Amino acid sequence: MTNKVIEGGQAVIRCLENEGVEYIFGYSGGAAIPIFDALITTETKIKFVLVRHEQGAVHMADGYARATGKPAVVLVTSGPGATNTLTGLLTAHMDSVPMIVLTGQSVSWMLGKDAFQEADIFGITMPVVKHSYLVKETNDIPRIVREAFHISTTGRPGPVLIDIPKNISAGPCTADLHAEMDLPGYTINTGVDNDTILEIAEALSKSKRPLILAGHGAMISGADASLKALVEKAQIPVTNTLLGKGVFPETHALALGMLGMHGTAYANKAICECDLLLNIGSRFDDRILGKPDVFCKDATIIHIDIDAAEIGKMIQPQIACIADAKMAIDALIEHVPALDTREWRKKLDGYKVKYPLKFKRQGGLKMQHIIDEFYKLSKGEACVATDVGQHQMWAAQFYKNDSRYNWLSSGGAGTMGFGLPACIGAAFARPDDLHVCFVGDGGFQMTFFELATAALHKLPIKIVVLNNHYLGMVRQWQELFYEGRTSGVDLEGNPDFVKLAESFGIKGFNLRRPGDVKRVLQNALDYKDGPCLINCEVEKTDNVFPMIPAGAAVEEMLIDPPTRKLEKPTGST
Amino acid sequence: MTNLEKSMHTLSIYVANKPGVLARIAQVFARRGFNIESLVVSPAVDGSFSRMTISCSGKVEGLDQIIKQLSKLIDVLHCIDHTYDKSVMKEMGLIKISVDCEGRSEALQIAEHYGCKTVDLTAESMILQVVGNPAKIDALEEMISKFKIVEFVRTGKVVMSRGQEMT
Repeated sequence: MTNKVIEGGQAVIRCLENEGVEYIFGYSGGAAIPIFDALITTETKIKFVLVRHEQGAVHMADGYARATGKPAVVLVTSGPGATNTLTGLLTAHMDSVPMIVLTGQSVSWMLGKDAFQEADIFGITMPVVKHSYLVKETNDIPRIVREAFHISTTGRPGPVLIDIPKNISAGPCTADLHAEMDLPGYTINTGVDNDTILEIAEALSKSKRPLILAGHGAMISGADASLKALVEKAQIPVTNTLLGKGVFPETHALALGMLGMHGTAYANKAICECDLLLNIGSRFDDRILGKPDVFCKDATIIHIDIDAAEIGKMIQPQIACIADAKMAIDALIEHVPALDTREWRKKLDGYKVKYPLKFKRQGGLKMQHIIDEFYKLSKGEACVATDVGQHQMWAAQFYKNDSRYNWLSSGGAGTMGFGLPACIGAAFARPDDLHVCFVGDGGFQMTFFELATAALHKLPIKIVVLNNHYLGMVRQWQELFYEGRTSGVDLEGNPDFVKLAESFGIKGFNLRRPGDVKRVLQNALDYKDGPCLINCEVEKTDNVFPMIPAGAAVEEMLIDPPTRKLEKPTGST
Repeated sequence: MTNLEKSMHTLSIYVANKPGVLARIAQVFARRGFNIESLVVSPAVDGSFSRMTISCSGKVEGLDQIIKQLSKLIDVLHCIDHTYDKSVMKEMGLIKISVDCEGRSEALQIAEHYGCKTVDLTAESMILQVVGNPAKIDALEEMISKFKIVEFVRTGKVVMSRGQEMT
């Protein structure tokens, strides 16, 4: 059978269609015109969303992927269009989010000759992608697209970039669109070592104070139901990472919520006192460890991870299992007996009573109050996107997640400006669900231009701007560790966010008094005509607790504001 | 810094012969502060693959992570540390020394001892070609340094596992 000759750009679109792509988020430009043209000349169900800045497109694709588990596609032009995706690539790479980024490129024969809008995006992005391609032959397009999706979505997922010179996307493609992959160096762990599973089961059965640490890996592998079955059978308490929110119901009696720097006191106490830690799909991030050499030092540490490079990277486990989290848990369940953890659970329940998450109801308007109220009014069922900073930690603490795909937050990269576009991407993916974006006034101003995208598509998102006119988390550190010397954190000159929203045709609400929280949020929830924004004028100088200073041992957690002067933290940022 | 903390390692890496592979590999080392001391790349028997031998120095505890990160690269088929095994390790060096007829016979005597070939000879200079393990080349360098060494070029180590074992 001979294939009808199509253009490279058309081959790209048809290959994306074959991969089941629903949305492309992007921004056009000269070098990408053949691909944009193919969106029109190719019969396709793929919907294209024109954003306002390439960074917005990447975060939207990221939000889409986190809210569905499926990859979305980004399409941008060469040069600055391509470099504007960098922050989004880092964000997705750090958090193992699948994504395909297509960048236009100057014509092949001008590569390396400083052509207009030429950037070596293949080279620039190398450290922040799982893999990347510079397409040299139009007939390679089908194979490369196939490989890109395979690499991006399997094993430990991540972003894949495909750089397509303009003569390639405009050139004739005669190749079979269902091309074979050629990836001799890429193997995925598809099995579970039975001896290791038996070893884990044996260790668990001897444990008096076991604890499960559930991370993003468990979420990605779709291990939620398996994990619940294991936990309920063996009666093991569970703590989750920031990105593990929702993989195990945070309202479950055996749930301890998030651990780490701003985790719950009881989760961190459990870390200090457990005799066995079963880490399922967490990479032992430094926000969790505090001081790696004393972390869980008396406990047996078991690490299940699909990525062999994570084993021993931060913590050397006594038992390592390189496997898909769900497959490992499924294999483990039948070998693990019901454990008698009554005493251990009683102790942890005692900590829950003694050290609950709390905030003062008196005084000014508090972020915690707003998040807590939104949690109650939305019955915990919203898909929550956050930005980065104090509000992110409070959202993690007070918006409990009981199911997966409902927590979108930049964990590894800590990318300010992530929240709004991620929320938009999730709303495209799941238009019938409730979406909320908790965002600070700092991060909001980094990507607020995407209000246009939200307004245009009448997306059902509630944008809760927690506005303290400060870069609050940095200010908190300066207050606690730098004798109150605030530097570079005062966001004076903020615009009127309600007026700003209204200028995009978005409904705006102001929230200034604690007594109005419930009413204003309810009004916002009742608003059904597209997105709305709630500008919350919160207390300027509140601090997030509990807190483990960076680089300090988990035991040194500050449950309440300190009364003594603190040393500067030794850990990273 | 003691030798235990920082030492030389020899890795062999079998990779797909594609553009950008070397850059990706170099980045794994650079990001972790490892210095690449020598690097040899050549096509494998199957021309769609290449073989790299990399000598590097850095903290031992970081090396395990480097090997895992290298193995994780999509275009890397495998990566093996040959530092502690008994693989064959060879290197070639070219040494140009400044020597006139007065010193020539002594220079040739040293060269002969190390199994060198004289690959260039002029009235004022000669180039010696030496093949062997890196320590032998180091020793030759020391012995021949009584003459003025004008230039010294080494290929870097290549390594091959013995017997039935694959590199």
